[in-house]
Amino acid sequence: MHLGVSESMRECEYSQISTRSSTPMETPYKKRTPKKRKWESFPGRNKFYCNGRIMMAKQTGVFYLTLVLILATCGLFFTFDCPFLALQLTPVIPVIGGVLFLFVLGTLLRTSFSDPGVLPRATPDEAADLERQIDVANGGTGYRPPPRTKEVEINGQTVKLKYCFTCKIFRPPRASHCSLCDNCVERFDHHCPWVGNCVGRRNYRFFYMFILSLSFLTIFIFAFVITHIILRSHRSGFLTALKESPVVVCFFSVWSIVGLSGFHTYLISSNQTTNEDIKGSWSSKRGKDNYNPYSYGNIFTNCCAALCGPLPPSLIDRRGFIQSDAPQLAPPTNGITMYGATQSQQSHMCDQDQCIQSTKFVLQAPVILTASTENGGILAGRTALSLGGPCTSLPLGQPTPPTSTPSLSCHEDPMAHHHFLTPEEVPSPPGMLPCGSPMGHSHTVQAGFYNPASQDSLHEDSVRGLVKLSSV
Amino acid sequence: MSKTGSCSKRLSDRSRLFHNLQELRHSASLANKVFVQRDYSEGTTCKFQTKFPTELETRIERSLFEDTVKTLNNYYAEAEKIGGQSYLEGCLACATAYLIFLCMETRYEKVLKKIAKYIQEQNEKIYAPRGLLITDPIERGMRVIEISIYEDRGSSGSSSSSSSVSGSTTR
Repeated sequence: MHLGVSESMRECEYSQISTRSSTPMETPYKKRTPKKRKWESFPGRNKFYCNGRIMMAKQTGVFYLTLVLILATCGLFFTFDCPFLALQLTPVIPVIGGVLFLFVLGTLLRTSFSDPGVLPRATPDEAADLERQIDVANGGTGYRPPPRTKEVEINGQTVKLKYCFTCKIFRPPRASHCSLCDNCVERFDHHCPWVGNCVGRRNYRFFYMFILSLSFLTIFIFAFVITHIILRSHRSGFLTALKESPVVVCFFSVWSIVGLSGFHTYLISSNQTTNEDIKGSWSSKRGKDNYNPYSYGNIFTNCCAALCGPLPPSLIDRRGFIQSDAPQLAPPTNGITMYGATQSQQSHMCDQDQCIQSTKFVLQAPVILTASTENGGILAGRTALSLGGPCTSLPLGQPTPPTSTPSLSCHEDPMAHHHFLTPEEVPSPPGMLPCGSPMGHSHTVQAGFYNPASQDSLHEDSVRGLVKLSSV
Repeated sequence: MSKTGSCSKRLSDRSRLFHNLQELRHSASLANKVFVQRDYSEGTTCKFQTKFPTELETRIERSLFEDTVKTLNNYYAEAEKIGGQSYLEGCLACATAYLIFLCMETRYEKVLKKIAKYIQEQNEKIYAPRGLLITDPIERGMRVIEISIYEDRGSSGSSSSSSSVSGSTTR
């Protein structure tokens, strides 16, 4: 009873504050069809299962490979080695093996299925407000290139916050935009194809637990398989013993997994992300006074903070219902395209920088199993740039005063419908939401070009990245 | 607003207030939205800027606004605090392979509920009578505190019959 009341009160609180839509008391008046859940119109490139409970990246082939490898190796171990070892040595061995195996599986699934810390995209009003602020900062109508960065001082270090053109927000520190998933992720570490998801603020500890426990499991299996072979070879000879055990798979994975665990242990103890380490953001090579402002100073605190700190909730509310009658101010300004030409210059330069970094990384770091998101990002950026072209000539102005309801309801439609269906419903970058505006027709061009071109190039790059890594 | 023990009485009080806030939205039209951005000077912890937006100068006293933001910042700091309790929760969760979160809610979620209640209270007592409405930052991805400014359409009487201050004072 108590729970039910607090639940309904909670529902009341949320619906009251956010929109003018019906509270539970007003449901008899509703005559619309069942509401859609927010995951069904999620703008990123993610896949959802179990009605929004499970969230993964688009390409999940390698994840299934990971599962198969783990299950097969452990299956072989439990079938062929455990009976012998349980009898000859102690039955504790299969028990420990079983516990480790379950832990590995649990953490893998948790890493793969949870929201890594995706930042929801800005609402049209927020985006308009930001545009206005940037416009004011530039001193009025600009043919001048906007800086699109903000500088913040954090614990004595100057950190640049970049503006994300896709999500239309200034990214918080340590956040980054994953080009494979097309989302900004908080405390972005890397996009891991092996777990089929990004690794970010909300699932980094599960990822670390996964690779750590997997290291223990592979070392465990490897050690006991060797023991089994040695014990058997006393009786029947070395080669027959070798035939009966899954040594080979273990041998290669031990070194790569243990190496990866070691690398992430180093990252955790210095409170850095893979992204920051690759870019050398806090390395002393950049400058004498360069240090990591997020580090707590000692290794123990850094580890505790990363692994035992509070777990923030998901910001994207996948299973919530779409409220389509939220009051909105004005059609979003299309201020971005005012700076279309210069935008291309800026992001082009940034992308080149990233390209160099990532190429260096791939050549230098043989052990790290990450996909090169940077490469994918460049092509996505370039594809988007070419689309900015058609719209630069369109006239743009200040945000208009509040419009009447029919045009307001238009804005929520992109949320309710699938991507790229009609020009009016394109919510994606360069991110214009026309509603009865003359820009309608130009978006067919965008809708047509953006999806296939960028997807192919991204797919190519992720595959290329994997091929490079698998040759290690 | 009466605070009796019985839940049903409280619900009916709330429903009356809902109607008043709904009426605020119906009788008033949305004039503008102000966004209070995040303050990243202390790192990635959740904190909002206490700078008073100029659009609110005629609407609400600076001290009230700053109090609200400071209280919210304190709540978020409490949620993200790294100390004994969070370590215990983290270790326990790890030991149970994170299955414990199926039955228990995290400390962060508990604090978020407190925040939601606080914001609702603030809206009812302080902001709605002045024709303003605060949106919970969690609904905006913790990026901004969105404050909606409503302009009275002329029918000012109905909007705040049970609130202490009449809506017409905001004009």
